[in-house]
Amino acid sequence: MHIVIIGNGISGITAARTLRKHSDHEITVISGETDHFFSRTALMYIYMGHMRYQETKPYEDWFWSKNRINLKKAWVKQIDTDNNHILFSDDSGMHYDRLLIASGSKSNKFGWPGQDLDGVQGLYSFQDLEAMERTTKHGISRAVIVGGGLIGIEMAEMLHSRHYPVTLLVREQSYWNNVLPAQESAMITRHIREHGFDLRLGVELKEILDDGTGKVKGVVTSEGETIDCQLVGLTAGVSPNIEFVKSSKIVCGRGIIVNQFQQTNINGVYAAGDCAQMETPPADRRPIEQVWYTGKIQGETAALNILGRPTAYNPGYWYNSAKFLDIEYQTYGMVLPVLREGEEAFYWEDANGKRSIHLVWRKQDRRFIGINNFGIRLRHTTFNHWLKQQATVDEVLRDIRAAAFDPEFFKPFEKELISAWNIQFPDHQIQLNNKRSLRARIFHS
Amino acid sequence: MSEVNSSLSLANPHPANYNGTQKLGLALIAIGVLSLALAWVGIGKDQALYFFIAMLAGLMGGGLIYFYGTYGKLPAGIKNNRVFFSSIASRGALGWMLGIILTGFYISLYFFPKYLNGLISLFDPLSQLVRGKDSDQWFVYGTFYTIAVLVMGIKFMMKYRHNRYQLIRTSSVTFFQLILAWTLPIIMENLYNYGPYLSYFWPLDYDAIFPGSLSYVLKSGKLGQFVVVWGLIMTFVATPILTYFFGKRWYCSWVCGCGGLAETAGDPFRHLSDKSLRAWKIERWLIHSVLAFIIILTVLLLVDNAATGKVLGDAAGKSLAKTYSFLIGSIFAGVIGTGFYPILGNRAWCRFGCPMAAYMGIIQRFKSRFRITTNGAQCISCGNCSTYCEMGIDVRWYAQRGQNIVRASCVGCGICSAVCPRGVLKLETGPENAQRTGIQLDSHGLIPLEAVKILD
Repeated sequence: MHIVIIGNGISGITAARTLRKHSDHEITVISGETDHFFSRTALMYIYMGHMRYQETKPYEDWFWSKNRINLKKAWVKQIDTDNNHILFSDDSGMHYDRLLIASGSKSNKFGWPGQDLDGVQGLYSFQDLEAMERTTKHGISRAVIVGGGLIGIEMAEMLHSRHYPVTLLVREQSYWNNVLPAQESAMITRHIREHGFDLRLGVELKEILDDGTGKVKGVVTSEGETIDCQLVGLTAGVSPNIEFVKSSKIVCGRGIIVNQFQQTNINGVYAAGDCAQMETPPADRRPIEQVWYTGKIQGETAALNILGRPTAYNPGYWYNSAKFLDIEYQTYGMVLPVLREGEEAFYWEDANGKRSIHLVWRKQDRRFIGINNFGIRLRHTTFNHWLKQQATVDEVLRDIRAAAFDPEFFKPFEKELISAWNIQFPDHQIQLNNKRSLRARIFHS
Repeated sequence: MSEVNSSLSLANPHPANYNGTQKLGLALIAIGVLSLALAWVGIGKDQALYFFIAMLAGLMGGGLIYFYGTYGKLPAGIKNNRVFFSSIASRGALGWMLGIILTGFYISLYFFPKYLNGLISLFDPLSQLVRGKDSDQWFVYGTFYTIAVLVMGIKFMMKYRHNRYQLIRTSSVTFFQLILAWTLPIIMENLYNYGPYLSYFWPLDYDAIFPGSLSYVLKSGKLGQFVVVWGLIMTFVATPILTYFFGKRWYCSWVCGCGGLAETAGDPFRHLSDKSLRAWKIERWLIHSVLAFIIILTVLLLVDNAATGKVLGDAAGKSLAKTYSFLIGSIFAGVIGTGFYPILGNRAWCRFGCPMAAYMGIIQRFKSRFRITTNGAQCISCGNCSTYCEMGIDVRWYAQRGQNIVRASCVGCGICSAVCPRGVLKLETGPENAQRTGIQLDSHGLIPLEAVKILD
């Protein structure tokens, strides 16, 4: 059986590795982006000089032939599901017995005038990185980044590392406050300004200006201001990269529609990762998830189903992480920007404004719902355990030392956190457990 | 990618934007380098003191001012911008030049000290001051070495000032170099005519228990006896115990002089270590061969000595010892180990050659509480950890499958944990159980199959 995978990102590659682990089928991975799998999450580090392309490849180049995974460099143009055939942009083709589409995302463009000019780009693919190198090859006087999310701040950091001034246009009144609660959003907003970025809140892009040769020369904002720049970063989210699928019989919504087994409407055709849209997503999950680990799990789920081992997509409890310039962020469980009905929250921030913890629980039974931690590292397995056990917020706080994951000798946060809690909730006084007894209780019970 | 920086900066090169402080620092460094160069070729022999002061003030003062200008005003955080664009720190022309200069220095030092005569007399005033006698090549080397650890150690602390593990660890290696490796031996030599180096033991100090050294050391009476017993306790009792509890890092990145230089002066080159599987295979053969060589050699020499030369014969023993001293002690540890920093990275000796590291590595791998814990499934495979691992461990390979890192070679520098953008890695000690080396995800699996060994 020939299993063809479109896309060599984390979903496609995880699928290929899982297939090889459990079978001897012929496996081909197609990508037009790069010859080998690289970590998209590290694109920024290449531009900043922390790594080169070769350092971003999680497997050495011999890995693929050793594991009999064929790699084909090509762009797919069309899929003919009646004849199990895919067509490449050079009009050559390939037959498949099973097909997995894991073609990822593309950057959103919202029909701004000038959005296709030279010098306008998102940051998703290797080609985006190359475009950025091209645009900034001879230096630029300023870059404008539109959209206030994770990619926006990454792009700003990249350009800053080469000493280009950056203006960030953010529609919201505080950075990423459509995802983060107000307190954390304020902290990040402060941190961005401290790094010297020109952050414009509540400002939108109206138009991108052409210098007369098809290149960017500036932008006009919703306030009517013109900002001169030679690079415009569009980072207002990403959407499924499925243009080549649309002419086929595979049903698409915003993404390729799949069931919980990653199957599309066509027998033998699967989709996974950023490009897939879950017909009925699991609880607390969006239909399209554009996260590294969900891509990984979906790739694996698809592979198992291709091999005839029915396996439903199960990403477990929500978690995520990111880094905003120098401040790391992790989250376990659900902390929404605005509390849901019946939820209560507690927020603690360090005096220096670089560390914080935000806890959310259910009022009625004090069940722990989620945590945001900034500038503090916490243990994934411990929080997963608490979520599974339906621990109360009081239990979580009492045992919080078991979840501490900061490097040795780092300034502990636990006592300050608990004393702030005890002041705010005198009726729910907490006494911290020490670490030794915790280790015994949590991991050896 | 396209950008290549030809600056000489070892610290976060920002070629376009040198600030005033950095320029002042660079000017002083230039004066220091000039004084050094002139003295080396023999100019200024009669004014050695002035040249020495100019050299020292230039290199130390200039260096510190430059690094302050580089890091002092930036927000605290990871500072790896442009590392791979730097010619000197990423095997560009300047990197090769520096490698050749360092290698040349080491070859002169070990085999042709007469080429260092100018330098040696430059250090006469200091040597007279602290030892009451003229300088020699080893005094020059030891002093340079200590200055490098000190200045680059302070630079490292500025760079990682947000990270208390790095601050404390770097204070420790700097302290051991300055006090135990440099100051104390000089004081002891003045007082007792014998200057032991108390943080350096067999098998790294390979001839420490050769019969010849033993009889020489024991001649210094009680102090000599103490040093011999101290060394034996450190090697055979303290090392296994400390390595069991803390991992080999207690020595390699907290105490050791070679490690001290690697962690400070060598830090700008840490990303040059080879991460390939091939390099790991070579490492395992090479380092354990060196360990076997020194054990066999030492035992043979001791047995031979006990049997009054009947086993080996004096000449054979001496020539074997000389072979080790030449190949391992000089060429591997010095010329390649340090001279090749800009080519092989800062831990080539520690990774491929050091018998002490091999010895502790075996303990760390099989009988220790130390591990680098991977934080569940938070890894995004970015590769910062592997890139900045000076020991060439592919940390990401473990992290992305949710497995803890238990590797013989890990010196516990903690940089993988520092550069991780997602809070995935933590150096820690804990019970020796399945969790130490196992995969941390629960049976329902945050990442069900990633937890299964896929295609090793």
